[in-house]
Amino acid sequence: MTITESRTERRLTTSRAMVEAIEQEMEHDPSVFYMGEDVGAYGGIFGSTTGLLERFGPQRIIDTPISETAFIGLGIGAAVEGMRPIVELMFADFMGVCLDQIYNHMAKIHFESGGSVQVPMVLTMAAGGGYSDGAQHSQCLWGTFAHLPGMKVVVPSTPADAKGLMTAAIRDDNPVVYVFHKGVMGLAWMAKNAHALGEVPEGEYVVPIGKARVAREGSDVTLATLSLSVHHALDVAEKVSEQGIEVEVIDLRSLVPLDRDTLLESVGKTGRLVVVDEDYLSYGVSGEIVATVAETDPGMLRVPAQRVAVPDVPIPYAHALEYAVLPRQQRIEQAIHTAVRA
Amino acid sequence: MTTPAYAREQAQTPAPPARQAGETPDLDVSVRVGLYETMVLSRAYEEAILREYHADKGPGFDIGKGLVPGEMHLSAGQEPVAAGVCAHLTSDDAVTATHRPHHFAVAHGVDLGKMTAEIFGRETGLGRGRGGHMHLFDPATHFSCSGIIAEGYPPALGQAFAFQRRGTDRIAVAVTGEGAANQGAFHESLNLAARWSLPVVFVVEDNDWAISVPRSASTAITSNAARASAYGIPGERVENDVEAVYDAANRAVARARAGQGPSLLEVHTVRLWGHFEGDAQGYRTDLAEAAARDPIPAYEQSLRADGALDDAGVARIKEAAGSRVEQAIELAKQSPTPDPASATSYVFA
Repeated sequence: MTITESRTERRLTTSRAMVEAIEQEMEHDPSVFYMGEDVGAYGGIFGSTTGLLERFGPQRIIDTPISETAFIGLGIGAAVEGMRPIVELMFADFMGVCLDQIYNHMAKIHFESGGSVQVPMVLTMAAGGGYSDGAQHSQCLWGTFAHLPGMKVVVPSTPADAKGLMTAAIRDDNPVVYVFHKGVMGLAWMAKNAHALGEVPEGEYVVPIGKARVAREGSDVTLATLSLSVHHALDVAEKVSEQGIEVEVIDLRSLVPLDRDTLLESVGKTGRLVVVDEDYLSYGVSGEIVATVAETDPGMLRVPAQRVAVPDVPIPYAHALEYAVLPRQQRIEQAIHTAVRA
Repeated sequence: MTTPAYAREQAQTPAPPARQAGETPDLDVSVRVGLYETMVLSRAYEEAILREYHADKGPGFDIGKGLVPGEMHLSAGQEPVAAGVCAHLTSDDAVTATHRPHHFAVAHGVDLGKMTAEIFGRETGLGRGRGGHMHLFDPATHFSCSGIIAEGYPPALGQAFAFQRRGTDRIAVAVTGEGAANQGAFHESLNLAARWSLPVVFVVEDNDWAISVPRSASTAITSNAARASAYGIPGERVENDVEAVYDAANRAVARARAGQGPSLLEVHTVRLWGHFEGDAQGYRTDLAEAAARDPIPAYEQSLRADGALDDAGVARIKEAAGSRVEQAIELAKQSPTPDPASATSYVFA
């Protein structure tokens, strides 16, 4: 049992866990390659490919020109011919320069071909704010990808999920958008986040896409969230527990497909719902979660649902302004109290 | 391209007369007849689609009505581009075409029945009726097309990349129109393919018109072939003569197959009909001369003059083309339409 113990004790950063999954898949599948800006010698601006160039060489860990339309399209064509590309869009915010390849090609070819052509490709991207990178480098935008049909969207929050969802994404025969939050990667050059380090299983590890995780059980209120916000939610849940409020935290993990069953089961139990999303408030993930409950049975909610998201404003630069719009602990705690008091 | 029986017969006849200095190099008569045959088949196809498209659009013209609804971009006049390029390809090579894709699909050997069924929105179509005429995907011939200007270039790079990585001599042909050469995707793709020496042949069909905007009003230079030099690759511009296209494509394809990287080939072609069906073309200042630029009668005349074809040969080729096309149309019409209950299928594998 020594081996099992060492497995459970092994702790990695989210970045390292993500890289480990890529490394393991590349070892056994020669059709997998990783491509993007600064993914070679630099190792990925957010540590998504650290050490991979040394391990696999420039034929499989490929630095591209700053031509997202060309290289994402290249990934699509290679996937159509049976390769399994992982293509990195450095920031989710950069979708604007290459969205046509993503939503009109990557996401639609399987459908338009009536199922005869598959696009087994992973599109990775960094998301999220909290470090004053301004309105063009701090967005999440996962709700936008999830809104457009034809791509799966996964959003890991823990090192273990980063590994398991990456393995699943590479093996999936569909395009998978893999959004990692900069704040959970464990980067040396950002504020330390204790949650960026966690236990990660060794060897092959798959987390099925489309299955949410109950990150904390509780009976009073359901808090549905994703990515970095999962950790903020858990912190707040511990705090309010001392005040006698037990929060059930659902880590969605995957937006497409969305595990509505786990959500509904929890809301059925608690009768209260708080949604926390670092993406924009309107027309997005939080609305979809509330609609899921409303469409199933509005009577499940004993009190009105609460949404904590970015209030339809670009992400501000100044620290105080940015933290005023991000769904941080204080706003989450307030929403929980509102829900419980109502 | 399979050589038709007729062409093989012709190949056994004495050598064609010597050409005059300055003309295109001598081509084997079977190749010449093959090029003609491809163009005739393509034109017969477009004429049949034109007929079916307009058969039930009334009263007046309702674009969403009839057996073939929606936008319809036909390629009459542009056949030399597809015939001349695809004559150098096999079904292992990839082609990404444009919103005006039929001539390339025909020339690359896409199954006419399945393509037609798709255009008719039938369950037996290439995309089970989910794609339509701008979204034809044929894995058997690695053919695809995109309705978004210039955005068919990047996926072609990926197909070429896969071919290259597997150590094959397969290539990808990426097609756009001259209007697309002002899109970012065009320039990003040329640069990346050149830098990585990808086996791609970039084809630009310059039909003078980006819908209603003439090239002179949209483009700062007179030849897009000149843009190739910005990326350190060969660029060539030829007129709408199928043998000139064949000749230039031969160089570009050979270069790609030999691992020497991409080339750009622009063909100054002609759009005989509207941008789409229903386009009244009031903006066309060149419409009166356009019909005279039809490349097929001209080529037929040249083949006749050289003794490569006679009346019987021409009739046989046209009849064979018409019969293949009508068979495809018939198959499409007899095919079932998709079950509305399956409208949400095929989003994911």
